[in-house]
Amino acid sequence: MIEERFDAIVIGAGMAGNAAAHTMASRGLKVLQLERGEYPGSKNVQGAILYADMLEKIVPEFREEAPLERRLIEQRMWMMTDKSHTGMHYRSDEFNEEKANRYTIIRSQFDRWFSKEVQAKGALVICETTVTELVSDAYGKVIGVRTDRDADTIFADVVVLAEGVNALLGTRAGLRPAPKPENVALAVKEMHFLPQETIDARFNLRGDEGVVIEAVGTISKGMTGMGFIYTNKECLSLGIGCLVSDFAEKQQTPYGLLEAFKKHPSVAPLIQGSEVKEYAAHLIPEGGYKAIPDLFGEGWVVVGDAAQLNNAIHREGSNLAMTSGRLAGEAIFQIKSRRDPMTKQNLSLYKTYIDDSFVMKDLKKYKDMPHLLHTNSKNFFLTYPELISTAMDNFLRVDGKPKLEKENASIRSFVKQRSLMGLFGDAFKFARAWR
Amino acid sequence: MHILVCIKQVPDSAQIRINPVTQTIMRQGVPTIINPYDLFSLEEALRLRDQFGGEVTVLTMGPPMASDSLRKALAIGADRAVLLTDRFFAGSDTLATSFALTQAIVKISETFGAPDIVFTGKQTIDGDTAQVGPGIAKRLDLLQLTYVAKIVECDPDKREIIVERRSEGGVHVLKTKLPCLITMLEGSNEVRRGAMKDALRAARAEIVTWSAKDAGIADMTKCGLKGSPTVVKKVFAPPPRSERAFFVPTADVASQEAENLITTLFERQPALEQDLTTTAAGF
Amino acid sequence: MSDKPAAPASAPSRASMKKELPEHFRGYKHVWVLIEIERGTIHPVSFELLGAGRKLADSLGVELAAAILGAPGETMREAAKEAFAYGADLAYLVEDETLADYRNEPYSKAMTQLVNAHKPEILLLGATTLGRDLAGSVATTLLTGLTADCTELAVDADGSLAATRPTFGGSLLCTIYTLNYRPQMATVRPRVMPMPPRVEGREGRIISFKPDLDEDQILTKILKYVPDRDSAKSNLAYADVVVSGGLGLQSLENFQLVRNLASVLGAEFGGSRPLVQKGWITSDRQIGQTGKTIRPKLYIAAGISGAIQHRVGVEGADCIVAINTDKDAPIFDFAHIGIVTDAIRLLPALTEAFRKRLSPHSRDRLAG
Ligand SMILES: Cc1cc2nc3c(=O)[nH]c(=O)nc-3n(C[C@H](O)[C@H](O)[C@H](O)COP(=O)(O)OP(=O)(O)OC[C@H]3O[C@@H](n4cnc5c(N)ncnc54)[C@H](O)[C@@H]3O)c2cc1C
Ligand SMILES: Cc1cc2nc3c(=O)[nH]c(=O)nc-3n(C[C@H](O)[C@H](O)[C@H](O)COP(=O)(O)OP(=O)(O)OC[C@H]3O[C@@H](n4cnc5c(N)ncnc54)[C@H](O)[C@@H]3O)c2cc1C
Ligand SMILES: Nc1ncnc2c1ncn2[C@@H]1O[C@H](COP(=O)(O)O)[C@@H](O)[C@H]1O
Repeated sequence: MIEERFDAIVIGAGMAGNAAAHTMASRGLKVLQLERGEYPGSKNVQGAILYADMLEKIVPEFREEAPLERRLIEQRMWMMTDKSHTGMHYRSDEFNEEKANRYTIIRSQFDRWFSKEVQAKGALVICETTVTELVSDAYGKVIGVRTDRDADTIFADVVVLAEGVNALLGTRAGLRPAPKPENVALAVKEMHFLPQETIDARFNLRGDEGVVIEAVGTISKGMTGMGFIYTNKECLSLGIGCLVSDFAEKQQTPYGLLEAFKKHPSVAPLIQGSEVKEYAAHLIPEGGYKAIPDLFGEGWVVVGDAAQLNNAIHREGSNLAMTSGRLAGEAIFQIKSRRDPMTKQNLSLYKTYIDDSFVMKDLKKYKDMPHLLHTNSKNFFLTYPELISTAMDNFLRVDGKPKLEKENASIRSFVKQRSLMGLFGDAFKFARAWR
Repeated sequence: MHILVCIKQVPDSAQIRINPVTQTIMRQGVPTIINPYDLFSLEEALRLRDQFGGEVTVLTMGPPMASDSLRKALAIGADRAVLLTDRFFAGSDTLATSFALTQAIVKISETFGAPDIVFTGKQTIDGDTAQVGPGIAKRLDLLQLTYVAKIVECDPDKREIIVERRSEGGVHVLKTKLPCLITMLEGSNEVRRGAMKDALRAARAEIVTWSAKDAGIADMTKCGLKGSPTVVKKVFAPPPRSERAFFVPTADVASQEAENLITTLFERQPALEQDLTTTAAGF
Repeated sequence: MSDKPAAPASAPSRASMKKELPEHFRGYKHVWVLIEIERGTIHPVSFELLGAGRKLADSLGVELAAAILGAPGETMREAAKEAFAYGADLAYLVEDETLADYRNEPYSKAMTQLVNAHKPEILLLGATTLGRDLAGSVATTLLTGLTADCTELAVDADGSLAATRPTFGGSLLCTIYTLNYRPQMATVRPRVMPMPPRVEGREGRIISFKPDLDEDQILTKILKYVPDRDSAKSNLAYADVVVSGGLGLQSLENFQLVRNLASVLGAEFGGSRPLVQKGWITSDRQIGQTGKTIRPKLYIAAGISGAIQHRVGVEGADCIVAINTDKDAPIFDFAHIGIVTDAIRLLPALTEAFRKRLSPHSRDRLAG
């Protein structure tokens, strides 16, 4: 029997859970956070880019202590065929500002730090503990949780589900349907270790400057997907993600795609001689606005990936997670300080907050995109890159043929419709919007 | 019974990386764990406590961060944790480590009562020497039972214990007196999960933290680098063999490939054919 | 191994230290090896150590001694004879009834007394359950340094023992010295050192030592000894031919191919660590740094990448044959013969080919 009662139990110590626990604990609530991993972050996979703005709202002085890898000063977008890539790079010294906007992070280290901040605010964090069950009272109100440690129930006024994309607990408790395969992407990722100087030299970097490469094209074999390379201090995160339903349909394996991506002539020299230390696969909620389940109920709220709050494939995930976690925490604090019960009605305050934030607004804006891209994927990921590559090759190769003759019919007709850059832009707009 | 378990926080060596160019160790982000061998000793200690009553104290010497491991041990079920931490301990070899731990155990005896049994792990996965346990036993003049596969019987009143100890070709059943020092063999038990209430207690527990001085260590020359008779002169990556393998040609049919391989093998190692024929005949 | 040092990983602040050996240690001379006898049998590691000790003694220009502890009897003389045959110049016979079976108390007392009386400068023991148990007690009593699980032993220009061993999970090696203390102690795992040749009839001196021991003072008693069942034991460490498999075999069923080949060759079979973790093989068949070190005449590795932790366990093999689909697999860096092919396809054919080649019929041909 556990006598103790908590104001709130947070399930999961990822971005969303830490944001929620931090927000509540720093406002004096008695918070218990349970994490199944050996330590916070041990099970978490992310590229990863951190967006400073959303974290600043929770830990304003984070730059002083958080384990940040590199500040991002350059973005490269590649459109790949099997042999080539056509790229657009944006690099600016403006990004070298004091308070940079984007950083690369390694989640296992970052989450650990974030959790220490949460603990410093007074939350009780217990790892290596999987929540197995939500416990409800006779009226269906969630009143606590049970864990894989033993049969004891731990009671709390409210439970914050921040369990990430699989969201087994929510599904099992009937709070939401299971995510559908066409609404989740599967990303595989490796960490390639290289000496810092080698990374600096290969990517044209100094100090803690960093680069992000995002790549679309034939690397996803006609599926909706994107490859990425992020520079960390002493390693590169390299990966590729595609829709789960596509993998099944196209008979491709994530690992196969990743291997091909690594062998691509544009990628291989970047990772040459590296030591691979980590291979991870992870799901990403991708359904967008239309896939969002109920966000609150009697005695519970759901935040982050568990709530499908993810602006598709990668990148725009952890910021939504942090923001939803923070808003849930604030709502709970408001209700608590009015001494009101954690009923469904009262917890709708969280929904009000989140509807009002960029989270819902962004997701709403792209609500049709996932479907659109799914149907057009062949164009964007196979045809366009080939056309652009052929055009570039013709344009650059000096072989004595008159330039005019070189533009073959297919390109001409294509380019009549869209300029070369326009074409390029199109594909990326789709790829990014889909995220 | 008062049972003491020495645990060590170690880097998860499966995740240690070597910079392929400079051959230096990249420590960045290597997670730490409780030395896996120590867990078998901890479990055995908890079982004895559950059976006979009393307390289990866990002790570690290490950096302040090592308190994480102590907390884990508390969550598994230990009653009390002591962290011995001081920059003077840096660079300790097995002799200096066993000295510091022994001093701490003496102090623990004075403060919380003398242990009836001291457990250490069979060995660590970073130091890997299996010498700290015997070192402690010798310094405290405890009877030493290493590589214990099973505690057959323990009688705290008669102060007797019977164990099965692994030796090279078999198992010795030994009977000895308490207090003693035991190291458990891996796989000798299954480490428990730790109850939720223990986890809650552990998360909030206060860890007894002692500096060298707190532990009553007066003679610093016996600690750390100073107190270590052994010195690491160099660390290096194993040099590559001068030549790579001789590659046997492949073939479309497996049987041809097998022929190629055997031919090459016997050409290059003529003595092997006779040897193999002899060994093969033995079966 | 240490002739081609890479850049040092970290330079410990005392690495450059070398003080004068204190006066009272100056008299410590000669190299000793503990002869490990259990149940009347000498553990082969003791002979391997005599081989290594011989080299150390020769380069120091001193004698090699065997320390033999046990109950008085013929076994002790036999052991001394064996020690001489494997290179010892002299043997200290420490005979006492209390030493009949290994127990820490009497053994560490006797060993310490012997060291204090006869003062060796180097003392080597096997890294076995007995050697490790004893070495820690003795080193602590003598307050000297001990380097465990060495893979290489050498004598430095100034005559000190340079003991090399794996560190950081086996990814690196380090060389360790015992400054200013004597004896310099080291343990070495079975099969790490080659077995030296046995010279029948080689002679040496015997020095008897009477330890001060008293059974009544010894609190630990042996109630029983239960020998392992022979059938269950693998004889990997001492096998002449070993066939092993790794993750490249992909399934437990395919691992059977390794066993089939092993049985045709009359070989022992083993595997890499992940196979133990997957439960395909028992841990006594794991080869490598945390498993067995082997020194067969022929080692065939199928679907093993050749990670450093595996490499250190097999490097002593006379001939390493590697089968791997990846031509860049690290195992080809230390294998003698390699074939870049699918092991699952090749193994059955290889088994068949060896069966034919080694059959009695072809043996006649060989003889004739
Ligand atoms: C390859 C990849 C790259 C990405 N790149 C980016 C990027 O660059 N930028 C970006 O903003 N986003 C990125 N994302 C998305 C981002 O990782 C997620 O949106 C974000 O981690 C969601 O946070 P969360 O807290 O909701 O879930 P998580 O971070 O997944 O945390 C959930 C936590 O709950 C724990 N848990 C689960 N179940 C239980 C249980 N029953 N009991 C106890 N604990 C439990 C888990 O162990 C985990 O720690 C990427 C995702 C992937 C897969
Ligand atoms: C502290 C520590 C101690 C360790 N101790 C040991 C130890 O004692 N022993 C040990 O072995 N390991 C040990 N390891 C693990 C070691 O680092 C490696 O992980 C392990 O040896 C790899 O096993 P593997 O070669 O079977 O698997 P992998 O590294 O996965 O290699 C599989 C190989 O099979 C090849 N392959 C795939 N398919 C085929 C096919 N069809 N035919 C032929 N080849 C194929 C692949 O190309 C690859 O090279 C230890 C690790 C640590 C950290
Ligand atoms: N720093 C330490 N703190 C506590 N216990 C230790 C420490 N170092 C070693 N030990 C104990 O001694 C055992 C053997 O360690 P080792 O001799 O390093 O292989 C370990 O399993 C621990 O139980």
